[in-house]
Amino acid sequence: MEKIPILRMGHFLLVTIQVDLYDRLAVNLEADLVQMVNKTGARGVLIDISAVSIVDSFMGRIIGNIANMSKILDAETVVVGMQPAVAITLVELGLPLQGVFTALNVERGMELLRNRIDLDLNPEDDDDDAISDAD
Amino acid sequence: MKADLVKTLQKKKKQILEIWMEKQLADAGLRDDLISNEELRIQSEELVQALVQSITEKNLGNVESSEFEPVYEILAGISLSRAKQGFSPRETGIYIFSLKDSLLQVIQEEMRDDPAAMYAETIRISKLVDSFGIATFETFIKGREEVIYRQTNEITEISTPVIRVWDGILALPIIGTLDSSRTQVVMENLLQEIVETGSSIAILDISGVPAVDSLVAQHLIKTVSATRLMGAECIISGIRPEIAQTVVHLGIDLSNITTKASLASALRHAFSQLHLEVRKKQKQQ
Repeated sequence: MEKIPILRMGHFLLVTIQVDLYDRLAVNLEADLVQMVNKTGARGVLIDISAVSIVDSFMGRIIGNIANMSKILDAETVVVGMQPAVAITLVELGLPLQGVFTALNVERGMELLRNRIDLDLNPEDDDDDAISDAD
Repeated sequence: MKADLVKTLQKKKKQILEIWMEKQLADAGLRDDLISNEELRIQSEELVQALVQSITEKNLGNVESSEFEPVYEILAGISLSRAKQGFSPRETGIYIFSLKDSLLQVIQEEMRDDPAAMYAETIRISKLVDSFGIATFETFIKGREEVIYRQTNEITEISTPVIRVWDGILALPIIGTLDSSRTQVVMENLLQEIVETGSSIAILDISGVPAVDSLVAQHLIKTVSATRLMGAECIISGIRPEIAQTVVHLGIDLSNITTKASLASALRHAFSQLHLEVRKKQKQQ
């Protein structure tokens, strides 16, 4: 069965949806992702939906659910690369995804997550980041 | 006697035209400033010619007949050219109806000795010419509607320009009333431009929107939400005091949206969001 890969990048999890989501796939993704957040103790989840051209209310709800579930598990969710048509559809469906962070592309999404999580990271981690940045 | 009407008309073509021209030239409403007498004559002759050619005993009572196609075409041409020349639709209508007078005059002369037939023919001719007159009005209105349609399209297109104010900052001045279809166009343009330029801030300036009701506010909120979903921030600027009053009186909640009074303050906010600074250049000592 098809599966959407969930990649781990340091404190974050990276999900790139390259196919059009169908209901089953989305439900599985939701379950997998929550498991993964729990297992890895990730602090942020980045979902790239730039390749998704069609959404329906179910998909919108799943994305909202993932964000809320991650939040309960203490991980921020950023949805990046939404297509204009998808954004309009979600708004017209009355699903403005309140509480989900959004960014234009993966790069900005990463930056946003880093900024969000920097705030509550302890000083040790901050130093680590500074060193790796300098490298 | 009755069957002769068509033939009579064909025979008397010249006479009909002469009477018609005479009547037109004698009319006080003649607009020789808009159309020269020669042109008028050519136009009228063409119409009479087409009329007597397509008229037959069979179709005389049936104004919908396809045999009148060429006549209607000429009428459409006359209506359009006259509208361009500056005739009012009333004048064009009178021009067509004056043809009836000359036709009736000829019929009267021909059928003087048969009042019943004359009466019947008069009614038939009247109906025919009436239908011609209506056709010219129809064309006139159709022409006008086309112009209005084109202008509506143009307004929709020209009134939603997305301006790149700065690297990463887009501005969209909205002028005129926001309705559903325009919001759609505005939203699409804005989102498309955000993707193309990779901008992270969009300023929606509504100083040109005459009134904001709950529907317009709804449209604005939708646009802001969609922008946010794309990963950009949307600021609404240009809110006039009256609009602020209306929005509060209507109980519209804009608390989730960044609003600024002027484009300048919106731009200042955008700069600070992007960590940019605009400073006066130090004078070289």
